[in-house]
Amino acid sequence: MERVEHTAKIVTARQLGLVACQRCQQVWPQEVDRCTRCGHRLVGRDRKSLQRVWAFWVIGLMCYVPANLYPMLQTRTFFYTQRDTIIGGAIELVHYGSYAVAAIILFASVAIPIGKFLAIAFLAVSVQRPSSVSKGQRQMLFEVVEYIGRWSMIDIFVVAILSSLVQLNVVVAIYPGPASLFFALSVIFTMLSAQAFDSRMIWDADDA
Amino acid sequence: MTAVSLSEAASGVPTLPLKPRADLIVCPRCDAVFALKRPENGQRAVCQRCATVLITPRRKAGLQIIALSVAIVILILGAAFFPFLSVHAVGASNSVSIIDAALAFSDGPLILLSLATAALIFLIPLCRVLLSLYVLVPLVADRPPARHAARAFRLAETLRPWSMAEIFAIGCAVAVIKISDLADVTFGPAFWMFAALVVLVVVQENFICRWSVWNALSTRRKS
Repeated sequence: MERVEHTAKIVTARQLGLVACQRCQQVWPQEVDRCTRCGHRLVGRDRKSLQRVWAFWVIGLMCYVPANLYPMLQTRTFFYTQRDTIIGGAIELVHYGSYAVAAIILFASVAIPIGKFLAIAFLAVSVQRPSSVSKGQRQMLFEVVEYIGRWSMIDIFVVAILSSLVQLNVVVAIYPGPASLFFALSVIFTMLSAQAFDSRMIWDADDA
Repeated sequence: MTAVSLSEAASGVPTLPLKPRADLIVCPRCDAVFALKRPENGQRAVCQRCATVLITPRRKAGLQIIALSVAIVILILGAAFFPFLSVHAVGASNSVSIIDAALAFSDGPLILLSLATAALIFLIPLCRVLLSLYVLVPLVADRPPARHAARAFRLAETLRPWSMAEIFAIGCAVAVIKISDLADVTFGPAFWMFAALVVLVVVQENFICRWSVWNALSTRRKS
């Protein structure tokens, strides 16, 4: 199947005086302020979108700092109690020789969160000033951030499984540390930050 | 297969005030307007500007989704309460269900995290499947939509990013590798149920064409 023969000039809903429901895609004239099909509020362009993006972004970043400083796991055995931070735990794994697991943990809890902060900040800045990165690429970046954001929760789930499973009386027991709460909050707030971003703003420069 | 069945919309059409425009479709990602033309079953309508998939109708999708959803509900309930993983080391052993794993953060402020974990891996996926059954069963049976069906589907869509069963499954794999040199791990029946569940959830997600559901909800209501 061919995509399309003629490169048609794209018209946006805003230029036609229309607004599409962001939840159910029903198309309404701009004067309407609530979609009667699904009850969602209609906004042509969300003016407060960027403010919310930045607010959630800052909270997410603030939670990410203690998430790395406090211990994520406490392992108690006969002889010692060991407290591991996220990065400490990964280094521990490298010492044991499980490089693959260490790589997964470093990727999921260090590379992805930091990459996500950078990507959201870049997108939010790029809609306000001219950017050298093409719109299609920025759109793709946004979709990647939205998709991958949820996967950072993997670390929380690992802690949950470990600390419920490894409760072998006196032999060895694992407990969750305070970092798990901060890490979960950080993931949740960056997800909210990405959801607050109105991707239609990426394309608005076309219409000016 | 990408087939674009959308042509350029006629611009500057005067609109009757305050009526929805059923002849147009707007890309939710980039706001481009196209004249609406439903693609054939099995084909897709794609935005010409940003390549977002707009409509993906499938033959008998409704019935398949309902069948998958029923299977998912049964698996979720089974997976939640049967033993999930168990460990053995030096004479001591312990086995847990998914509910136990979710409730691992039980002291002090970490209880919040327990509630969140239980919701993300168990309650929200279950809730979304039940909501989609509630919306789809009347539509497939050719009856008028259930009461508040639109609100139910909207809630299901809002919850979509927060349903994390598949992420929990990968988390299990990582956790099992982490403790495998500390203790012996055995998989319980719930583990296999959960593995099947994750596949079904992903397939069910991909079968639902959101535009078609909304369209069915709005056209049935008028009649």
